[in-house]
Amino acid sequence: MGRYRNVSILAAAVFIQLVGLAYQIKKQTGKDAQESSRLIRVWTISAITPLEKGIVRLQTGTVNLWHNYVYLRGVRQENRGLKDKIEQLQLEQVRLQQDASQARRLQALLGFKEQFIDQTVAAQVIGSSGSEQSRTVYLDKGSDVGIKLGMPVISAEGIVGKVILVQPSVSQVLLINDQTSGVGTILEKSRLQGVLKGRASGELVLDKVMSEEDVKTGERVLTSGGDQIFPKGLPVGMIGEVKHGGEFLQVQVKPAAALNHLEEVLVITQRQEREPDKTAVRSMRAADILAQRLPQVPDKPAEGETTHSETGNGTPAPKPATIPSAAIQPKPAASAGTPTPQAPAHPGTAGSVPLTNKPAQAKTQAPGASAGNAPQPRTPVGAAPAGTTVSKPTTAPTGTAPTQDTGDAPQ
Amino acid sequence: MAVSYTSREQIEVYRFSWPVTILVPLLAIFLQAFLPLRFSFFSIFDLPLLVVIFFAMARRSQVAGLLTGAVIGILQDSLTHHPLGVYGIAKTVVGYGASSLGVKLDVESVGTRLLVTSGFYVVHQIIYFTIARGLVGLDLRWLWSRELIAAVANAVVGVLLFTLMDRLKERA
Repeated sequence: MGRYRNVSILAAAVFIQLVGLAYQIKKQTGKDAQESSRLIRVWTISAITPLEKGIVRLQTGTVNLWHNYVYLRGVRQENRGLKDKIEQLQLEQVRLQQDASQARRLQALLGFKEQFIDQTVAAQVIGSSGSEQSRTVYLDKGSDVGIKLGMPVISAEGIVGKVILVQPSVSQVLLINDQTSGVGTILEKSRLQGVLKGRASGELVLDKVMSEEDVKTGERVLTSGGDQIFPKGLPVGMIGEVKHGGEFLQVQVKPAAALNHLEEVLVITQRQEREPDKTAVRSMRAADILAQRLPQVPDKPAEGETTHSETGNGTPAPKPATIPSAAIQPKPAASAGTPTPQAPAHPGTAGSVPLTNKPAQAKTQAPGASAGNAPQPRTPVGAAPAGTTVSKPTTAPTGTAPTQDTGDAPQ
Repeated sequence: MAVSYTSREQIEVYRFSWPVTILVPLLAIFLQAFLPLRFSFFSIFDLPLLVVIFFAMARRSQVAGLLTGAVIGILQDSLTHHPLGVYGIAKTVVGYGASSLGVKLDVESVGTRLLVTSGFYVVHQIIYFTIARGLVGLDLRWLWSRELIAAVANAVVGVLLFTLMDRLKERA
């Protein structure tokens, strides 16, 4: 018996681990599986992460010291470049504000729910699982700062993953390129929806795309919001290689975020989902009706009006009831969204709404916050409220047809 | 150079102090979790496996070897999001095998260390893949070319690491 003692111990050790493994697998994957072995995980993470945190902080401190106080070569030139960039971005921002307010008007009319990122927590990536079969990273923040299970994690470039384990000062994030991960996505131009999955090799693929679909290399992939984890519209990556053959396409996606070299990420700790402010739409409609019924103030010369109605930053000042009565005609609600409002064609002229032949609400238009961080949908200014249509002599933009947006509505 | 022993009296059995027994595996797991973030090529190495092989061969006790493997493997598992035991079982078997081999071979020589380490790396990967595919249901693909390159890379690092860790050994 003594001869087989060591082999018996080996068999027992393997058997015990197999039973434990089977028990964990039976307890289901994901949260439950980790809960059943929580104590061991907590011990290991508590032993490893303080050292990781310490080294990352030391490294960050040294790099900051070097860049902020020692290595300042080329800063002036960089500063000039950044100022130029700011000017360009300001122009771009005006155009995007116009786009955002237009989108909100359409959302209000179509009754979409909107999702806003209200609060994020910045965290540093301090470690990984150390295994290629488990693509997870550890963050230096946890439940102490409000991080909870299932929260989405993003970086400046795109989405990163979701939180799968939380401790007071550490959390574990499952990356989107892990094979147990799945993200609801939509292609930016073709509006094709699919589920993004990771492969064992770390590649990202768009799953179950029928072979007859037209998927082009280089097209941007965004979150669709259908997974109930990531807000809609966040960048995911870009279509890489597309292989034909069989019932489904093999669509490879290059991730937007550098998943192998993550340093700092944002955890979305608070989101809000709101219905558009329909009372505002109604009140605007009432105002329109009232404006129709009141005696009209004659139009001033166009150039004079433009000068006085705009504020210094290009914001049209509120200016009630100068529309000709012919501008608004009642129409069935079903076609409410069809005539699209003013197109923000030129950044420089965005916000300067032509005053003749425009509805009154168009003149109250203010630059709204961008779609991603607007705390409250602004009044649907410049929009055709439900039940009315704006007769507009200028050509309406075609790229923002409401029928297109309907299909992308968040869940 | 003697590759195999003919009598048990020739076998040198080593032991390690408690700080070394605890801190070296923890350091290996820490480096395994920390370095791939900075150097992605580092994920090809398995430092905890090298530590298991080294401790098992130096102690030359099968029970100590398998227990060392089990503990280090489970600790490594606990950093992943998979169930505990996948690395645990693989390293238990490797710990047992390495200590069994340590009794029979001169594991102090560089050549033996290279062969033993690369061999046990492949054994470890086969067990890991079998459990991960069969029990956990992971979709893994076995690539001989990749595994053999990784085995050689681990063996080279192992030889360097073992030379460093030889200084921590105490004669029992």
